[in-house]
Amino acid sequence: MTQKIVVIGAGMASGRMLEHLFEAGADVDVTLFNAEPRGNYNRIMLSPVLSGEKTYEQIVTHDDDWYAANKVTSRFGERVVSIDRDRKVVIGENGEVPYDQLVIGTGSNPFIIPLPGKDLDGVIAYRDLEDTHRMMEVGSTPGSKAVVIGGGLLGLEAAAGLQMRGCDVTVVHIMGHLMERQLDEAAGYLLRKALVQRGIKVLCSTNSKEILGEDGKVRALLLDNGTELPCDLLVMAVGIRPNIAVGQAAGLDCGRAIKVDDQMRTSDPSIFAVGECVEHNGNLFGLVAPLYDQAKVLAATLMGQEAAFQPREVSTKLKVTGCDLFSAGDFADKDGREDIVFRDPARGVYKRLVLENNKLVGAVMYGDTADGNWFFGLIKDGSDVSEMRDTLIFGPAFQGGSSDPLSAVAALPADAEICGCNGVCKGKIVDAINAGANTVDAIRATTKASASCGTCTGLVEQVLAVTLGDDFVMPTAQPMCKCTDHTHEDVRRLIKSQALKSMPAVFQELAWKTKDGCHSCRPALNYYLLADWPLEYVDDPQSRFINERKHANIQKDGTFSVVPRMWGGMTTSDELRAIADVVDKFKVPTVHVTGGQRIDLLGVRGEDLPAVWSDLNKAGMVSGHAYSKGLRTVKTCVGRDHCRFGTQDSSGLGIQLEKALWGSWTPHKVKLAVSGCPRNCAEATCKDIGVICVDSGYEIGIAGAAGMDVKETEQFHKATSEEEVLEWVQAVMQLYRENAKYLDRIYKWVNKVGLDWVKEQVSDEATRKALVERFAISQTVYQKDPWAEHVEKEQARYTPIATLNLEAAE
Amino acid sequence: MTNWIDIGELNDIPRQGARVVKTALGCVAVFRTVEDQVFALEDRCPHKGGPLSEGIVHGSKVTCPLHNWVFEMNTGQAQGADEGSVPTYATRVEGGRILLDAQMLQNRSAA
Ligand code: SRM
Ligand SMILES: Cc1cc2nc3c(=O)[nH]c(=O)nc-3n(C[C@H](O)[C@H](O)[C@H](O)COP(=O)(O)OP(=O)(O)OC[C@H]3O[C@@H](n4cnc5c(N)ncnc54)[C@H](O)[C@@H]3O)c2cc1C
Ligand code: SF4
Ligand code: FES
Repeated sequence: MTQKIVVIGAGMASGRMLEHLFEAGADVDVTLFNAEPRGNYNRIMLSPVLSGEKTYEQIVTHDDDWYAANKVTSRFGERVVSIDRDRKVVIGENGEVPYDQLVIGTGSNPFIIPLPGKDLDGVIAYRDLEDTHRMMEVGSTPGSKAVVIGGGLLGLEAAAGLQMRGCDVTVVHIMGHLMERQLDEAAGYLLRKALVQRGIKVLCSTNSKEILGEDGKVRALLLDNGTELPCDLLVMAVGIRPNIAVGQAAGLDCGRAIKVDDQMRTSDPSIFAVGECVEHNGNLFGLVAPLYDQAKVLAATLMGQEAAFQPREVSTKLKVTGCDLFSAGDFADKDGREDIVFRDPARGVYKRLVLENNKLVGAVMYGDTADGNWFFGLIKDGSDVSEMRDTLIFGPAFQGGSSDPLSAVAALPADAEICGCNGVCKGKIVDAINAGANTVDAIRATTKASASCGTCTGLVEQVLAVTLGDDFVMPTAQPMCKCTDHTHEDVRRLIKSQALKSMPAVFQELAWKTKDGCHSCRPALNYYLLADWPLEYVDDPQSRFINERKHANIQKDGTFSVVPRMWGGMTTSDELRAIADVVDKFKVPTVHVTGGQRIDLLGVRGEDLPAVWSDLNKAGMVSGHAYSKGLRTVKTCVGRDHCRFGTQDSSGLGIQLEKALWGSWTPHKVKLAVSGCPRNCAEATCKDIGVICVDSGYEIGIAGAAGMDVKETEQFHKATSEEEVLEWVQAVMQLYRENAKYLDRIYKWVNKVGLDWVKEQVSDEATRKALVERFAISQTVYQKDPWAEHVEKEQARYTPIATLNLEAAE
Repeated sequence: MTNWIDIGELNDIPRQGARVVKTALGCVAVFRTVEDQVFALEDRCPHKGGPLSEGIVHGSKVTCPLHNWVFEMNTGQAQGADEGSVPTYATRVEGGRILLDAQMLQNRSAA
């Protein structure tokens, strides 16, 4: 007997299901409702239509002839209003249709963030042909501007399409990197770089506040930070919600979507659902591959055959010409999982494989995705990859031979490019080696390979190893940490020469071996980046040691110590009273006078920190940075004003120095002292920078030490005025900030570069003035009291996220 | 048996950071990785009691702020040459909210 089948929604899933039914010659009479005024088209190809690479006609899946040939009663442009399950009829806007079996394939609705202004004309989503036409229209208007909220697949395809039509596009993304669900930070960085290069503006970690309009039409997007982005069109592509209204109203069992079993049957045995509107074992779907599987199962079920739906791995590609990315499987960190990371900075290639129990479980790649499907196959099949592990990342071409990773390099042809910057191929390097160049330096000198950006140094070493065999000894410069082969010095140099301005940029361009570094390299990189790019780089608290993240010194019992600044070691009764009040109010257990001429409050509870600071701030005191790799104290003696031997105003100069230098971050801590005469009561001759006042002026010494090493300062410069002292000290600070290795005190750095070099740099007037100027620029960003800022904005950092009363939960 | 308790929004914790949940039996550190995974560990280092919530998070590991022991957050095991482990608790993220298994938290009082 002919089955009366009614289908709600002519989408990609239900369309595929109908194809299976008709191909199998099922005896069915189909009525197809679709809210859109057309039949089935390939929704995922809307992006090439938008960008102009395809026309709508080319993406139609089922045309009128197809529906006629299969005797489908089409009710396009007609929305289904409700289902009457008792009478087994579907009620459309233009009337009822009875069914034996009903299929719900209503897809998803775009999620619209409830921002003020969301209903303005010109605010659209990206889901159907109407949205696409609207974008094409605006995109083709000369001088038009668009903002896309959402840096996921859809948002980026919309942005790229609009941009290709000549529109000025800005993408606003709330997360730290693009497509965070499919890509890791490294691949996200490369993708962003590619989009920015083609002229799309990309704002990550950015929140929208309000959509501004004029005469009912969108005018601009207002961001959280007060910036306005003018636009003629605003596209929201922030996610989808299953469209379950009709099913839910009919009383079908729903979770986040309409629940179905393995046969795609809902809680009503005559009603089935397929596509994005279903929930199967708690899972939702947003890509077509699993929907096609569902369609096949449902067709079989409707014909009374046995079939069961099983979710499968999906892989993602972005349909933006020129941005090759691929992501599949699960690449979250889990116990027993290991990463294999390959980066080729010169070609902008990044590949990461995630292994678990000798099997490949996830893959992310950018730039070179040719092997994507091969890896995807390994993931789906759960193949054991232990045999080819060492060369796995090089792809199928390198499998089957020896498992020596060097063999990948050995297998490269002579014309394979090794050094991208200088265009040096493998053959040229081998020739140089055969002519006697047997170290990386010698190769650099003769061929220029690895002489520019230096990121191919590892490859050059491998060519050496392969060519020289046993004669080759790997150089032993200490790498920064296990995440990289580069030394601190190399990394500092490369950050400057390649203008690397973010952590992901460093990780990618310098071929980091881990995905987000470790506790050893991240604090160093954070420092290098903020020292070199004070205006561009944004300090990353999560890459700082706890002391610098919470601006207090952690103690063995997890409490903190608080040291307010006492400029030049001077204080007043008001300050002392405020400190005493804080001690009483917060029951601070220990108060100690430090070796740095100020007062330490020890044993403050983490949660009390903001309140303690707020009270100290009210008395005019700011953080003493007693915890930082930055300026600590400037010790002074009382000097000329009181002491019978004093020659100059040592405490006044100390205060001026502290006020000029405080707040700056440095490779290691920096301590100063100013003594009023050579008796040296402020111990200036064992400080990082020390000033001894004499009758004729000021003797500046640097590179002293009094900690694990004890060392007298070395004569640096004799100044004749306080201004001159300030200028020379700031210049040497900046030179240290720009050049030293992280965690080298000044004396260690001077020992490496030589006092003569330091003197030479600072003595040159132009260089000195430029150093002082760069220091001043950095201070505009960093000379801020962190306590005041945290009291105002970062309170949450100090409080628990929740307090659980376990008894009550019982 | 599990007893999921909603403790807050995923975005309340910075990426590569942590916040604590206070309980009568001590604090639990809830971490968020760079890839938005969430882990919950006892906020006490087995070495000398350091607050792990104040550590640096890298990959699925956290480094104790006091003496740099490194722990794998999936298992709570100390890495490298150090020996010891931290109790871990099950978490889930649903619709941007973090859920913590309170049953396991309660069970530790019996232990
Ligand atoms: C508070 C204070 C001791 C005191 O009560 O007097 C102190 C306390 C600490 N010092 Fe110090 N140092 C203190 C003056 C000194 C001095 C004397 C001075 O500044 O005149 C020195 C020798 C001079 C020097 O800096 O080299 C000093 C040399 C060190 C060192 C060895 C540094 C070196 O390069 O050799 C460390 C370890 C480090 O920084 O890596 C250190 C590290 C520490 C730390 C921060 C250890 C830590 O990382 O937790 C201590 C924090 C204790 C706490 O729980 O709060 N402290 N420390 C002094 C704070 C001065 C201030 O007002 O800021
Ligand atoms: C621009 C774009 C690009 C994409 N790119 C990709 C990609 O590259 N790869 C990939 O795998 N996926 C991609 N997708 C996702 C993919 O298109 C969807 O997963 C797929 O279309 C979902 O199929 P469906 O049948 O569940 O729903 P749909 O295709 O959305 O069809 C549902 C239909 O039901 C109709 N309907 C809803 N309610 C009613 C009602 N009450 N009465 C009558 N009709 C109703 C709707 O009008 C709609 O036509 C993309 C999506 C978009 C928008
Ligand atoms: S000398 Fe400094 S680091 Fe050592 S115990 Fe005393 S305060 Fe701590
Ligand atoms: S207390 Fe954690 S490492 Fe020592």
